[in-house]
Amino acid sequence: MTEKRTIVIPGTVLGDAEQKKPGVGTFRENNVIYASRLGIKVEKAGYVNIIPLSGVYNPHVGDNVIGIITECQLSSWMVDINAPYPAMLHVNQVPWKVDFGSTGEYLYVGDSIICKIGLIDESKKIELSMEDRGSRKIDAGIILEIQPQKVPRVIGKNGSMITLLKKYSNCWMFVGQNGRICIKGESDRVDFIVEAIRKIEKEAHTVGLTSRMEQFLKERQK
Amino acid sequence: MNKNELQLIKKGKRIDGRRPDEIRPIDIQVGILNRADGSCYLEWGGNKVIVAVYGPRELLPKHQQDSTRAKVNATYNMAAFSVEDRKRPGPDRRSREISKVTSEALSGVVFTEQFPRATIDVYIEVLDAQAGTRCAGITAAAVALADAGIPMRDIPASCAVGKVDDTLVLDLTKEEDNYGQADMPLAISPRTEEILLLQMDGHLTMKEFNTGLELVIDACKKISEIQKKSLLNKYGSSLG
Repeated sequence: MTEKRTIVIPGTVLGDAEQKKPGVGTFRENNVIYASRLGIKVEKAGYVNIIPLSGVYNPHVGDNVIGIITECQLSSWMVDINAPYPAMLHVNQVPWKVDFGSTGEYLYVGDSIICKIGLIDESKKIELSMEDRGSRKIDAGIILEIQPQKVPRVIGKNGSMITLLKKYSNCWMFVGQNGRICIKGESDRVDFIVEAIRKIEKEAHTVGLTSRMEQFLKERQK
Repeated sequence: MNKNELQLIKKGKRIDGRRPDEIRPIDIQVGILNRADGSCYLEWGGNKVIVAVYGPRELLPKHQQDSTRAKVNATYNMAAFSVEDRKRPGPDRRSREISKVTSEALSGVVFTEQFPRATIDVYIEVLDAQAGTRCAGITAAAVALADAGIPMRDIPASCAVGKVDDTLVLDLTKEEDNYGQADMPLAISPRTEEILLLQMDGHLTMKEFNTGLELVIDACKKISEIQKKSLLNKYGSSLG
């Protein structure tokens, strides 16, 4: 991130549509590209993109998320995934053989799961899947909620930040794309990591965060 | 009070010392509420307005959902202590009207089609009212929407123009509103000059209307600059 970073707001002119292509968070009008939301302007491969600074979680197919069961139905569960829309998990998409009407024996209201977004249709109906490796029911630990737009900073470039956090805290961690983080470990280590994550969330839009965090974690380690 | 007893314009100056084409001072603070997705506090002359934006989130009851677009749901509310005589709390005819026109004005700039079946809730709370609260509400709501990260075509701005003692004046005060000849609140998208809201109370000639429109569009553009500055101030200062 060596290039100059500028903050843009809705309606800011980003460039000529004949020279650049409108990317995420932008729109085109009369051959001019404008920003459609508050964020940082980034140009990449001919596209102008906006990295949003705020907003709710916008689900995408393939995202790994942490969901909370809100309802057990005869052959499916309804899951809250922190998106504007509720998501459905069908019994065909879980690793167990669930008899008709006995969904509650496997996952009950309030249970947390790690799952993947399998399908999103035109009217944003979401279907989840637990069939891949890594998907599971969460049986212990805490779930921390952060702003979904800050998730990439908690993970870091090629997972640099999350590796750092795991190294210094000795905890098991899973970061869902929807802004929910599951942490398992000894309670004082968990408190330590929560503090670190809150710091990342607060300073998410600053440069050189990973090196500053390493220093912070080293100091706190003593 | 008799209208004739009150002289609203003396020697080209208005009752509060402003020129006819001058607006009251505006101060905007962004992101003041932690629980809301976006928020804004605005002081405009004697008006004090606080706005909170939630969403996009699921619209309930379900039968109100639109499967093709989101609904912008603005709620305008005046605090009981916002006016001289105590206002009876709760929605009334006036606040329901303002909620409706505000929702429609904001829907004009939000990319509602990106969030089918959802709602974007905008709560406008007027803490102190001194004429022009619907304009202040829209101006603050626009900033709060941008702060909430809602995709928009532009940040709308709003201002009123009116006629007092046969003179066109911008951004009316309470006395000018009560004893003036006309009041015309307007909201525009400053980038395209598209009109999002236009209401009129009183009488204006066609010529006065056109001159007033030009005046108020200029004022909206000035207000738009203040809105943009406040948004950039919040994030720009901490950017490395």
